[in-house]
Amino acid sequence: MTRLLPVLTILLAILVIWYGAAVPMNANWQVTLNNRADLVDVPLTTFAQQTWSQDKPVLPAPHQVISEIWNATVALDISSKRSLAYHGWITLSATLLGFAFGTALGVLLAVAIIHNDASDRSLMPWIIASQTIPILAVAPMVVVGLGAVGLTGLVPKSLISMYLSFFPVVVGMVKGLRSPEAIQLDLMRTYDANGWQTFWKLRWPAAMPFLFASMKVGIAISLIGAVVAELSNASGGGLGVRLLTGSYNGQTVQIWAALFIAAGLAAILVALVGSAERWVNARMGARA
Amino acid sequence: MMRSDLTPLQSGLALLAALAALAGLAFSLSTFTTAPLLALVCSLGALSLVRLIWPFSLWLDGALALLGALALVASLPAEGSMPGHHWLALVAAWAFAWLFVERLSATIRLGKLPETGTGLVIPIVFGLALLVAWEVITRGANVPPVLLPPPSAIGARFLAETSILWADFVQTFIKSVLPGYAMGCLAGLGVAILVDRSPFLKAGVMPIGNFMSALPIIGIAPIMVMWFGFDWQSKAAVVVAMTFFPMLVNTVAGLNAASAIERDLMHTYAASSWQTLMKLRLPAAGPFIFNALKINSTLALIGAIVAEFFGTPIVGMGFRISTGVGRLAIDLVWAEIAVAAVAGSAFYGVIALIERGVTFWHPSVRGGRA
Repeated sequence: MTRLLPVLTILLAILVIWYGAAVPMNANWQVTLNNRADLVDVPLTTFAQQTWSQDKPVLPAPHQVISEIWNATVALDISSKRSLAYHGWITLSATLLGFAFGTALGVLLAVAIIHNDASDRSLMPWIIASQTIPILAVAPMVVVGLGAVGLTGLVPKSLISMYLSFFPVVVGMVKGLRSPEAIQLDLMRTYDANGWQTFWKLRWPAAMPFLFASMKVGIAISLIGAVVAELSNASGGGLGVRLLTGSYNGQTVQIWAALFIAAGLAAILVALVGSAERWVNARMGARA
Repeated sequence: MMRSDLTPLQSGLALLAALAALAGLAFSLSTFTTAPLLALVCSLGALSLVRLIWPFSLWLDGALALLGALALVASLPAEGSMPGHHWLALVAAWAFAWLFVERLSATIRLGKLPETGTGLVIPIVFGLALLVAWEVITRGANVPPVLLPPPSAIGARFLAETSILWADFVQTFIKSVLPGYAMGCLAGLGVAILVDRSPFLKAGVMPIGNFMSALPIIGIAPIMVMWFGFDWQSKAAVVVAMTFFPMLVNTVAGLNAASAIERDLMHTYAASSWQTLMKLRLPAAGPFIFNALKINSTLALIGAIVAEFFGTPIVGMGFRISTGVGRLAIDLVWAEIAVAAVAGSAFYGVIALIERGVTFWHPSVRGGRA
């Protein structure tokens, strides 16, 4: 409770500021509306309520966003093109596929790097440089390009996610696989352990905490990659498409609802990786 | 009998390189007139089998790889795909380059060559090998330029369109990224220092800040474009929102980095909380703050470019990329990507340099590796 109270206070403050900001931000349009309807001397409380219930507000009030989320997930048929659950699932599947690819690639690269001096020296600088390419910014182009070769649907999007998520895994795993100290490696040698045994019984377990820390970062950016990659293909569906169509049609409530769903997905995914981490740590006998 | 100064991996590479060259030579005899240079390289590569009885220096392997790359690029056909033995030569050149890198890094590890300078050769060789393979494969296999243009075409476009690229760079980087980055980082730093005064606020802000850092904040781009218009202000706003939370979280964590004993020392000096902050806690938070600055340097560029997809004036990197895709001017898009990559790396590099100067006392800097 002592940890929850400050968080709740801040959240409440954000909510109050949000409602407060919605009034002046939507005020201009509401004044125009009221003038057209010949409403004069609207009392402030009524006016505030009006600004919180506009159709296409500049800043939608929180309850509008929440009711839009409710209407677009629970109240709609799941196969409907307007269902956020449907679009969320498209994004989620691309995210998970890309995350799985990215983690596998990252672990493989890290294993190659720690076992081979030349690949350490030649790959590592380029892996770091690869992240200065704003791949997210060209993600839509990559998706279009891959579409031209016949790769459509899930795979191009998950390739973007993969490109983004392999990096933290490589960096974390290289650090983790190198984390056993010389004395521990010497112990393995006195046991006459071969390279394979040293890897599985010492290096791999030692790298687990690093792997999970990297995976938490990786899955969050996987989701971002999938959302941005969707911006290119308005017919493909996904949360990114909801953002795009919402911005074209001025449907601000729809944008905010898609954003909140994406945020919720990110939170759930990171929490899932976190609980997997705790489970693995407990299995490996780590102190809680 | 293979001499034992090569590891099994190196011997395998040497064998692969020589055999590929030999096979390439056998096939190239029929087309000797069209690409004499390539045939020469192939025969030299095949000759490298003499290392079985007479080992030679790793620099010769490097020279063979370089020669092979030059010959491959020089003998690329103007039209159509390239004949089969060129591919064998490509394999041979790649294997020679790999062998060279393997042997060089082994030599450095043994301490026979200095780390500085020669250590740089390896990543450069890798990058060049990638570029040559890209050029040869795209042109040799007739990959449509719409899909993946060869580096030479991108370079030519880069030189031809410098004025456009410069205008885009100014619009996106100078006008959107830098002000947004400065505002977002300063705001994050300021809020962190304010929040730090109250343990209650800190306990509330930290989980939310951590959570927000993981969110796809980039999604607010369409909202910001609606609020702040099409010009650079909306892009800067996206950058502010993206850079704020990493800075906040890292600074709050960094302000706790000074140990209790150091704070006690400040206390015995009767230092005010402001003095403690300026002389102890902010300097101690330096590594954390610079970590956030580095994370934010890449985030900022991405944020500005993606925000331009949602509406921009007719200039800017994101605008050029999205319209370039639309009218299939993919080489221009790649030139724009190259600009972005160079700008991003330079931005990161400048911050890393400043970090080395400011946090010179930190073990990660003193250890010689940033």
